[in-house]
Amino acid sequence: MREMIKMLIVLTVLATLSGGLLAAIRDNTKDRIENQVLEFVKGPAIRSILQGATNDPIVDRFQLKAGDIEHTFFVGVFDGEPRAVTFETSGKGYGGDVGLMVGIDTKDDKLVGVGVTTHGETPGMGAKAKTDPSFVSQFKGLSLKDPLKVTGDGGSINAISGATITSRAVCSAATDATELYEKLKPQLTEKLKEFKK
Amino acid sequence: MARSIVQEFTKGLWAEIPPFRLVLGLCPVLAVTKSVENGIGMGVATTFVLVCSNVLVSSLRKVIPAKVRIACYIVIIATFVTVVELVMQAFAYPLFLKLGIFIPLIVVNCIVLGRSEAFASKNGIFRSLLDGLGIGIGFTLSLSALAAVRELLGTGDLTIWETPIQIFGPTFQPFSFMVEAPGAFVALGLMLCLMNLVGKK
Repeated sequence: MREMIKMLIVLTVLATLSGGLLAAIRDNTKDRIENQVLEFVKGPAIRSILQGATNDPIVDRFQLKAGDIEHTFFVGVFDGEPRAVTFETSGKGYGGDVGLMVGIDTKDDKLVGVGVTTHGETPGMGAKAKTDPSFVSQFKGLSLKDPLKVTGDGGSINAISGATITSRAVCSAATDATELYEKLKPQLTEKLKEFKK
Repeated sequence: MARSIVQEFTKGLWAEIPPFRLVLGLCPVLAVTKSVENGIGMGVATTFVLVCSNVLVSSLRKVIPAKVRIACYIVIIATFVTVVELVMQAFAYPLFLKLGIFIPLIVVNCIVLGRSEAFASKNGIFRSLLDGLGIGIGFTLSLSALAAVRELLGTGDLTIWETPIQIFGPTFQPFSFMVEAPGAFVALGLMLCLMNLVGKK
């Protein structure tokens, strides 16, 4: 009986201490980890979309709620004016969700550019959506009113050969992004004014 | 079996070097040794866990009841592994992306549990510290050696601080299978063979 109690006490105390220590470390590293994830996973896409911005879009970010989901928006300042926002949406690809960073110019409602962030597509086929810039660059400068679809579906985007599903996923993510943008536009333009320098 | 304090440390570097002599902890050995950087990163992470868990297990060895000792060791080891995981995410995120799942898997690395069970639970704190350090450094060295062979033959380069250095020159045709999974087995087998040849009296 005494042994039973000792076992209980030792394990409980150990587990409690361990939990406390980990919680403390997590609290202290949380912000840094969030920044690192943004920098290394989403950063490259954001920076290539907002090329020429005079601010650091990863630092200048804010959050807005659409329904129950919170979206993070990254601001691009051009010529002293915070006019572009980028945010992430996703579409169903061949190997799971394809994350797409979409940049929109709020002044003339055009796409500044898009970039794939995370995906599980086949290397050499669907993965080209991320590695081959000629596919995503087709979105650049398109108006939000244009149908963001591959040519076979009545749009203007040439699909990656052999990877129609991935191309469609990117298009549907871009379409979702424009819908989200239209929905949040009043709040977005309000928020953007705060970043004026 | 009494060893001097110096031997306690040096045994991990040669006589009981983990992957080659004890043939333990092969999962990370085979999986992460695609490049020298990964090998060193994994080795350092494992060394930290090994030293910390060895010291703690050794200092608690009279408190921990024998019947639940493995559970206690696993709690201790898992705690330190999670610490490493969080710290690596916060300060070396690119390395964390490359090592991925193999960082949390240090918990079930049999070298770490093996040292706790076979050594730290029976020896004093200082000896356990040296044992952990020796085995950890030995593990790091083996990972780096294996990774160097694979990276060199598989790509022709050695990458240090994210800058590839061409060793064999541009005309070298790399055996790219060496950086794939089968290459890990072949390279490990050859190195084991070499270690046995050298160690033979």
